[in-house]
Formats: sequence, structure tokens, C-alpha cells
Amino acid sequence: MTYAIEAQGLEKTYPPSTKALDGLSLAVSEGTVFGLLGPNGAGKTTAVKVLTTLAHPDAGAARVAGIDVLADPKRVRRAIGVVGQKTGTAPELTGRENLELQGRFHGLRGRRLRPRVDELLERFGLTEAADRSVKTYSGGMVRKLDVAIGLIQQPPVLFLDEPTTGLDPEARAAMWDEIRRLRSEAALTILLTTHYLEEADHLADRLAIVDRGKVVAQGTPDELKAELEGDTVHVELATPQPNGRAHHALESLAQIRELRVADRELHARVENGAAALPAILAALGQAGLDVATATIARPSLDDVYLRYAGRSFAEAERASEPDVTEKGGNR
Amino acid sequence: MTAVALNSWDMTRRWVLALWRQPWYVGVTLFQPVVWLLLFGALFKNVVQIPGFEGTSYKDFLAPGVVIMSAVFSAGWNGMGTIEDLDRGVMDRFLVAPVSRAPLIIGPLAQSAIVITIQSVIIVGLALAIGASFPGGVPGVIALIACAVLLGAATAAVSNAIALTARQEETLIGATNFLILPLTFLSGCFMQLSLAPGWIQTVGDYNPVNWAVAAGREAVSANADWAFVMARVGLLAALAIACVLLATRAFRSYQRSA
Repeated sequence: MTYAIEAQGLEKTYPPSTKALDGLSLAVSEGTVFGLLGPNGAGKTTAVKVLTTLAHPDAGAARVAGIDVLADPKRVRRAIGVVGQKTGTAPELTGRENLELQGRFHGLRGRRLRPRVDELLERFGLTEAADRSVKTYSGGMVRKLDVAIGLIQQPPVLFLDEPTTGLDPEARAAMWDEIRRLRSEAALTILLTTHYLEEADHLADRLAIVDRGKVVAQGTPDELKAELEGDTVHVELATPQPNGRAHHALESLAQIRELRVADRELHARVENGAAALPAILAALGQAGLDVATATIARPSLDDVYLRYAGRSFAEAERASEPDVTEKGGNR
Repeated sequence: MTAVALNSWDMTRRWVLALWRQPWYVGVTLFQPVVWLLLFGALFKNVVQIPGFEGTSYKDFLAPGVVIMSAVFSAGWNGMGTIEDLDRGVMDRFLVAPVSRAPLIIGPLAQSAIVITIQSVIIVGLALAIGASFPGGVPGVIALIACAVLLGAATAAVSNAIALTARQEETLIGATNFLILPLTFLSGCFMQLSLAPGWIQTVGDYNPVNWAVAAGREAVSANADWAFVMARVGLLAALAIACVLLATRAFRSYQRSA
């Protein structure tokens, strides 16, 4: 198996003491879409910055397209396309001029440049807007142009850092379609970072869950979900529970493998949700706790995240401090 | 090496297009020196009557001063485009592309040089129209513009270095005003320094704005002392190179902190 992207023990601390990467390792097979999933501030963007030669790690090693990132950053830059979290398009230039400028950086000129630019404009539905300045583009159009620029030299490896953050639902759906199309290109390897669970679930062949600067779990979305056998029972109490009473009431139930209680919310992992639910409700009733809603669900990536990061995705999002390197977004 | 040259041209083209598409900015940049020329020309008209003032026309004296001052002023804001690029993610995208750092700094400097050249030609033209004279003729005016461009390149490089280090418009605006206004008013742009207090003359000896204005004024005068002019041009060129190196270092420090 050849890997298009390999990272080993990457570490990076921003002064004074923000540990953005804490021994992050990953391996991405050629021709696949690899999702890096984590809340804001988990270290995804820093990982992309290191792998794309923008930032130097304090420790660790990385290879992209078989090239050592630290030893030969110039060759890596020829082999990658990068769509950062921010756009990276010059607003005063037209879409065409933006593409041409980046093409020239890759040594494309004249007769080799023009058809490639036209082809990309066509493919991303930007032909009509090609000669308007990017200032006049919608958010979705700018994002498409960003991806087009990332593909200008037909790189073997493409990095997409939160490509859909800040897009409206329609533009997001269009971007998903685009990523699916890219996925079908056998020669292209994509590293996609996202803090949308469903995005990783839908688009990634394999994914790594990142928390606090390291990979805490890795596999296909199905594998990760399968590791959580059984169902999740989710109970919402009618009133906030007094200290640990719900926990106390349920901990003796044999069906429950894992239990998490936060304020009015209970998450229990059980083998058979339908069988366990009556027992759970009865136990809560005995403890004098009123139940508002109860649901049984197959494990989602949210549960996977909860399991490996030890906190729910929403909690992790809230805990992440506002951070200049990672733009805040709503989930 | 050819790639560096070609990409420098690409970046220069980008920055000139960027400028050209901001007609307001172009208008103000080119029009403002005209205001300075007319305003200061009227305000300080009687300076020539001060005993010890060499020459009889303040317009003749002022025109090279306005050329140099306008060059420093417009070059001082050169880093603003870089800050916009940093904010928007354009700079990061350039830095992960296979382009060397030189074109990224040469682009904005070339833009500045082009603006300064056009600005200077307009000022000289208007000065002639209102009755100033340049006894040094065309070679003198070319040397004057060369001084303006070299000083502008040094200023623009420092402006970019500040932009890459501070990454904030407010800081750049503050730093630019803090540096440029005193350097301009402590030079011979508007006033013959030999008539100023001793300490200002001393500052003038070390003030690059004054090097440029003294050399430019000498170059356009009758019977110019070309040895003096070339010595100052050499100093300005050395300064410009040092400032470009500083800006290149600022790139590295930006990347280290990325």
C-alpha cells in the first residue's frame, strides 16, 4: 500500500503555550478521501499547515506524495493543491486572472495555460463569471474558484480545509457534489478537514477523529460506528436532576455498558435499545425523575466522537477558545 | 532564475491591476501631490526673502521637494495590500505555491515604483506649467525621479516588513505616520536646511528623505555636482537593498509563526 500522505508524531506549540499538535500521526492511501474530523481548535488546520509546508512543526516527520515535507518543501508545493479555510483569491482580480496567476506559479504559460483555465472555469460553472472581479462573486462561487485553483496543475494531492464552513445549505450541497466528483478521480488523494460530522460521514472513505492535537480514533466511518456495538439510548429529563441521582439510579442496570450524564441529558450505550428502554425508564421513575423524551438511535459519529474524545462534539466546540487560526462556525 | 523573473512580472502585473481597478485611489494618489505643490508653493512663497536663501524662486526650490515627499507618502502605504492579502488568505495560498519569496516582495515594490514615476512626471509637468524651472534638464529630472523611486522602494519595503510583522492595518497606519511625517519635515523638502537650527541639520545628514531631496535638487539645478548626486544615489540604493532584505526576513518570520 502506498500512502499519499503520511505524518508521524507531529508536534507544534504556538507561543506562549498553545499546544496545537500533540503527536499527530496519520496515513492516507493513494486515491482516497481522508477526513480529519474535530471541533474548532482540535489542531486540524495546524496539521494542514504543516503538511502543506506553510508551518514548521516542532517535532515529527511528514511525507506528501512521497516527498519529505521538511527536507524538500519546494517539491511538495508542486505536488499539492490547497484550499484553505480562508479563500485565497485576490478580490480585485477576475476569476480567470486568479486561475492564471496560480497556473503561472506552477510554470503553466501560454498555450498550456489557457485551455486548462477554460476547462476549470467550465467544469466549476464559472465560465459566465470568469471575467468579473471576484469581489462580485457569491460565497459559493468563491469556494468553487478556490477548488478550481487548487486543481490548476492537476496535483496528485488536494487539501481541503473546512471547504464548506460559512456556506449556505445550497452552496454546501453543491460543494459536496463537487467533492464526490473529485473522489471518483482515481489518481487524486484528498485530505478533507471538517467539523461537520455528517460531512465526514458522507464524503470520507476513511477518517481520523482529532482531539487536542492528536488522532484519537481512525477507520472508515462504518468501522468507527461498528466499534460501538448496539444502540444508544438518549433520555432527556423534564427537570434538571439533583446531583448524580440519575447516574445512581442507572448504574446498577446490567444492560447499560456505558453511561454519560450531563445536566438533563443521559446517554446510555446498550446492546439492544428496545429491550433496555423499559428498564431504564422504570429505574428513573423509581428514583423520582420525570422523563421528557426518550429515543433509541444507531450509533452516529457523534457517539464515536463522544467515546474517543471523552466529551461530546458540542462540548468540545464550546470548550475551544476563540482562535484566530480556526474560524468559528455553527453546527 | 527565469522562473523568479517571470513570476516577478506576474506579481507586478497583479499589483498594477489591483491599483488600476481602484480609480479613487489612483485619483487621490496622483492628485494629492498637485495640492501639495500649490498649497506649499503659496504658503512658503516668501521664504526666498530670508537672508541666506540660495535662489530666487520658491517654486524651483519646492518642486523636487514635493516629488520626494509624494514618493515617501505613497510608498508608506504599500504594505496595506499585503495586510489585505494576509487577512484574506491570499498570502498563505501564495506561500504554499511553488513561487519563490522574491516575486512576492518585488510585486508590491514594482507597483510603488510605477506609481512614484507617474506621480513625479505629473508633478514636474505641473511645476513647469506654474512657472518653475528645472535648469538641469531631462537628465536632471531623470536623476530626481531615480532618487524618488529608490527612496520609495526602501520605504515600501519597510512598510511591507511592518505589515508582515504586525499584520494589522492600525499598526501600519500608526507606524507609517510615526516614521514618515517627522522624516519629511526634518528634511529639506520645504526649507533650506542651512537656515534651520543646527540639530535639524544634523538629523538631515542621517535622514534618507533628505539624502533624496538634496540629491534630486542638485541634479535638476544648473551646473549640478554629479559626484554629489551619485554618492547620494549610491547611499539610497544601499538603503533600498537593506530594506528589501529586511522585508524578506519578515516573510520568514511570518512563516515561522504560521
